[in-house]
Amino acid sequence: MLTLEGITKSYSGRRVLDDVAFDVRPGRLTGFVGGNGAGKTTTMRIVLGVLAKDAGRVTLDGTEVTASDRRRFGYMPEERGLYPKMKVLEHIIYLARLHGFSKTDASARATELLERLGLGERLGDNVETLSLGNQQRAQIAAALVHDPEVLILDEPFSGLDPLAVDVVAGVLQDRAKAGSAVLFSSHQLDVVERLCDDLVIIAGGTIRAVGSRDALRAEHSTRRFELVSSGDAGWLRGEAGVEVLEFDGGYAVFDVDGDETAQRVLRRAVAQGDVASFAPQHPTLAQIFKEVIQ
Amino acid sequence: MSTGNQAPSFAQSTWLVAEREIGSKLRSKAFLISSVILFLGSLALVIWGGFQAQSNEGIPVAVTSDAAHYVAEIPGIDVTDASDRADAEALVESGEVDAAIVGDSSSPLGFVVIAESSAPTQLMLSLAQLPPVEILNPDPTDEALRYLVAIGFGIVFLLAASLFGGTIAQSVVEEKQTRVVELLISAIPTRALLAGKVIGNTVLAMAQILVLAAISIVGLTVTGQTEILQGLGGPIVWFAIFFFFGFILLASLFAAAAAMVSRQEDIGSTTTPLTMLIMAPYFLVIFFNDNPVVLGIMSYVPFSAPVGMPMRLFLGEAQWWEPLLSLAILIATCAAAIYLGARIYENSILRMGARVKLSEALRS
Repeated sequence: MLTLEGITKSYSGRRVLDDVAFDVRPGRLTGFVGGNGAGKTTTMRIVLGVLAKDAGRVTLDGTEVTASDRRRFGYMPEERGLYPKMKVLEHIIYLARLHGFSKTDASARATELLERLGLGERLGDNVETLSLGNQQRAQIAAALVHDPEVLILDEPFSGLDPLAVDVVAGVLQDRAKAGSAVLFSSHQLDVVERLCDDLVIIAGGTIRAVGSRDALRAEHSTRRFELVSSGDAGWLRGEAGVEVLEFDGGYAVFDVDGDETAQRVLRRAVAQGDVASFAPQHPTLAQIFKEVIQ
Repeated sequence: MSTGNQAPSFAQSTWLVAEREIGSKLRSKAFLISSVILFLGSLALVIWGGFQAQSNEGIPVAVTSDAAHYVAEIPGIDVTDASDRADAEALVESGEVDAAIVGDSSSPLGFVVIAESSAPTQLMLSLAQLPPVEILNPDPTDEALRYLVAIGFGIVFLLAASLFGGTIAQSVVEEKQTRVVELLISAIPTRALLAGKVIGNTVLAMAQILVLAAISIVGLTVTGQTEILQGLGGPIVWFAIFFFFGFILLASLFAAAAAMVSRQEDIGSTTTPLTMLIMAPYFLVIFFNDNPVVLGIMSYVPFSAPVGMPMRLFLGEAQWWEPLLSLAILIATCAAAIYLGARIYENSILRMGARVKLSEALRS
């Protein structure tokens, strides 16, 4: 397990990370969410040792991470970076060799991974000739080629079409299944929500929420219901203990003050007309996010 | 977890980087074309020199065996053996030789000169009895040759150092600009990356210098300019040795200077002073190759020693211990440059955006 404790970082007097602490568990995907400038990239760079921290500890299974541990980390930086004039396959082989694989092993791994990521046809092409989406896939291969024990990905899904998102998500889930600890940041909250097991929310350099996705959802759930009915749901506004949030003809989203109120509303709705759906609403990640960063 | 990979050693990492550096350069058309032009240019210079030398060769003269001992001591003639007088005359008539020298007992000198329409003046002067001449202040080296050698050392140093200095600067900024450097230094130590780049480019630069040295030495031998070679062979070897350390010195500084900027367009702002350092020896050696004081200073200043010291050795102005002392100074400076360069590089390589100030880059 990768653990961050009390990580602090300042740039010329301005504190960008303040007592950042969270775990990235092996075998799970941890989503790292925060606005622009919240400190995601800085945190990730510190974990990778690319950037020095002012205070705090990064440990792997209880012992401080050393440079040689980091050889078993995989990293996808925020700003994509590969040599533009290098051939895709050669590039990935080169990176695998820097991580200590023999020439033959590096070559076999790189080929297999690139094929899996859908770049099998482009192995001999220069990186610069690939489309942005394909460069992104090559970048993911660069982070994964050495079977990292810890995988740190800064915005791995940005710029990918929905199909590519699925391919990459599949690869990441496989890595997690194989026992890697995977931390990835993203602005696409719907993707994070669908994919991740654990969540870390950061804002203004401090951690605002940490936990498993389901626990966070439960923690932030309200008694919110959605009603889809054939009649006009305007009567809802008059009900005691009901606060209507959205309303459009037979459609309404509302909060109730208790289970009894909810049941009463349902009975009245059925009496008023056909009810197509009446369901409690779980907060989306976007809602939780907005709530915790305030 | 399958962890078949062992963290590579510092040396292995360095070599991997150097290997990539060399490989990518060898595949660059611009590099290959400019190298070929450089090689062809030096070959042309050597061959041209060979023709010059040949055109100064002796006057072709046919000599019969009974006259051979008269001409044996005379320089500047190119002897063709003739069996007898008739054969010699035929050679003169056919134009194969300018004149013939044959034994003739009726001549007071014991031989006669046979020419077609008029006797070649130079030959007549050579045959004449002249008083011996003693020169008090011999001009040690031909003026033109001195100039040619000065330009040769100067231009090779300038071209190779600026070509590979520029290359290393560009490749440092390329890594920074494309951010691939973040991937690299999350895998290997920063110093291994820097060392690999310097070594890779040094190997290429040295290979180029050695090919040039080989072209000049083989070329001079083949075209029969062995006299020049005797004077120049030693200095060329010294040049290669000095260039090796001089280049490492410059390469470390170029890498450090380039690490301070984030975009190719800004390279000039930090590498210009270094470019000046490379150009200075070239101009100095051309303008002052006949000035022992300037050459003397040049041969000890680390940046110009690779040009200055071989030049002085060629002119025979340096004592045997001087190149060794100068080399020691150069190596010490080189070590200091590697130390400073590595520090600047480590402090700057991840700082994107505005140019990193030198004072900040040097901070430990």
